[in-house]
Amino acid sequence: MSKLEAQRSWGERLILLVPYLWLAAFFLVPFLIVLKISLSHTAVAQPPYTPVFDVAAGWSGVIRALSTLSLENYALLGSDSLYLASYIKSLEIAAGSTLLLLLIGFPIAYGMARAPRRWQPVVFVLVVLPFWTSFLIRIYAWINILQRDGLLNQLLLALRIVDEPPAWLSTDTAVYLGIVYSYLPFMVLPIYATLEKMDETLLEAAADLGCPNWKAFWLVTLPLSRPGMVAGALLCFIPIVGEFVIPDLLGSSQTMMIGQTLWAEFFANRDWPVASAVAVVLLCLLVMPIVIYEQVQTRDLARGG
Amino acid sequence: MRRASWFNIGSLALGLAFLYLPIVILVIYSFNASRLVTVWGGWSIRWYAELIDDRAMLESAWVTLRIAFLSASAATVLGTLAALALVRFGRFRGRVLFSGMIYAPLVMPEVITGLALLLLFVAIDIDRGFWTIAIAHTTLITCFVTVVVQSRLLTFDTTLEEAAMNLGCPPVKTFLTVTLPLIAPALVSGWMLAFTLSLDDLVVASFTTGPGATTLPIRIYSEVRLGVKPEINAVCTILIALVAIGIASASLLAKFHHGGRGAMAGLAGR
Repeated sequence: MSKLEAQRSWGERLILLVPYLWLAAFFLVPFLIVLKISLSHTAVAQPPYTPVFDVAAGWSGVIRALSTLSLENYALLGSDSLYLASYIKSLEIAAGSTLLLLLIGFPIAYGMARAPRRWQPVVFVLVVLPFWTSFLIRIYAWINILQRDGLLNQLLLALRIVDEPPAWLSTDTAVYLGIVYSYLPFMVLPIYATLEKMDETLLEAAADLGCPNWKAFWLVTLPLSRPGMVAGALLCFIPIVGEFVIPDLLGSSQTMMIGQTLWAEFFANRDWPVASAVAVVLLCLLVMPIVIYEQVQTRDLARGG
Repeated sequence: MRRASWFNIGSLALGLAFLYLPIVILVIYSFNASRLVTVWGGWSIRWYAELIDDRAMLESAWVTLRIAFLSASAATVLGTLAALALVRFGRFRGRVLFSGMIYAPLVMPEVITGLALLLLFVAIDIDRGFWTIAIAHTTLITCFVTVVVQSRLLTFDTTLEEAAMNLGCPPVKTFLTVTLPLIAPALVSGWMLAFTLSLDDLVVASFTTGPGATTLPIRIYSEVRLGVKPEINAVCTILIALVAIGIASASLLAKFHHGGRGAMAGLAGR
């Protein structure tokens, strides 16, 4: 028996160790490297930074390295208004589109949850299906529609709503549209999950006690669906802040979102230390919502959701 | 009492129209005979015919499929192990760090993950290309498999395993003959989710790619930046068709096995 126990715990250790080591090596360590490089100097070389740590030099090397750590990249982020504007723009767009997503996503989720039982699986698949198709393709589809002589402008001209075709691409409107379109299922599904689990007898009780429908919605349905709304909002807000593809293809090049700034810093300017510093600051901005998200996730799992 | 009010039907219909219209328009325009993407010149399959001669595009498609297959398979193994650890092991040392590493990639902006992985590959000085993208994708999508498998394991009836063990079945054999078949639908939908995520990814692949490994999204992206082209409409339509066929067969498979619930859980996993 004891032999079996030992064997089992050895196997268990392996089950844990394999994914643990993989994630440590390819998820955790890379972030430490980002942190390290954000503290090193930019150099015209390949790779374009001076190494901070020289392992061969031993302890004295580490001490020397610590003295050369510099915060110059972070100082640059603070002094150049380009970066600050970029961060603010990202937070602004993320907050605005999360709000829009809540306003648009809730009625859809509500419609799904109130649909007759036998329709629900079908409706569910219909809502989920589009986001199995490529992100890039869905954004590209909007370029087809929004370009200057695209379908939207053709329609507006034909209906005589406008005389001059307005420019839709390279505007914030297009970015909001693209984000809302791409992230809609991330908002709808968590809200649907809470609404679907809701005990409908509560609404009947409210009706029996003479509460009008709209008031029952406001006093019963809305508060009960709050966990879903919080999860949906976090699931959208966090990735939107760092979004790259959507603003790059649909937005203007005047004020870039932080994901674009990082990309440009890395690929165009080849300034890896500054790009790393941008990433570290972005990560710090997102740590709070990520921690909240994890709490929500763990709590939901503990409840068996 | 369930009544579908006009408001509910209306919001649902509008929502679905919003989700599907752009894709439908894209598909229709891929059959447009005119080179001008905004002018309708009648039905034609000429852009599909031209794709067959586009060596570079086919090369990219092949690289992308191989990477997606490899990383989805690796992620399914890693993700399942991680899910088992999270659901079955209770408290263990380093659990907080472990679950943090599992859930963080779900919401982490891809530019950060991509940058971090690239800097790692540069630091350990390996040639970038096919394998670095495969490793990066495996890391990125493991968490999605974990979430899907985890939700299956949480509703799992452990008495079946206990019964097998009580009857003298060794743990490894119990896992292979009892646990694995029961969670198989979740593994299939997890694998499919991982596969499509890898097919999709532009940002992480752009950071970790090297010479000779241009994936389809990277190629499409570089063409799209120059404007809309009918050939790209055709490529996108083929990809949409592939995904649709994959989903349809998976949900049929799940219906066959578990009355559709497995596929539902899998689809919801993302």
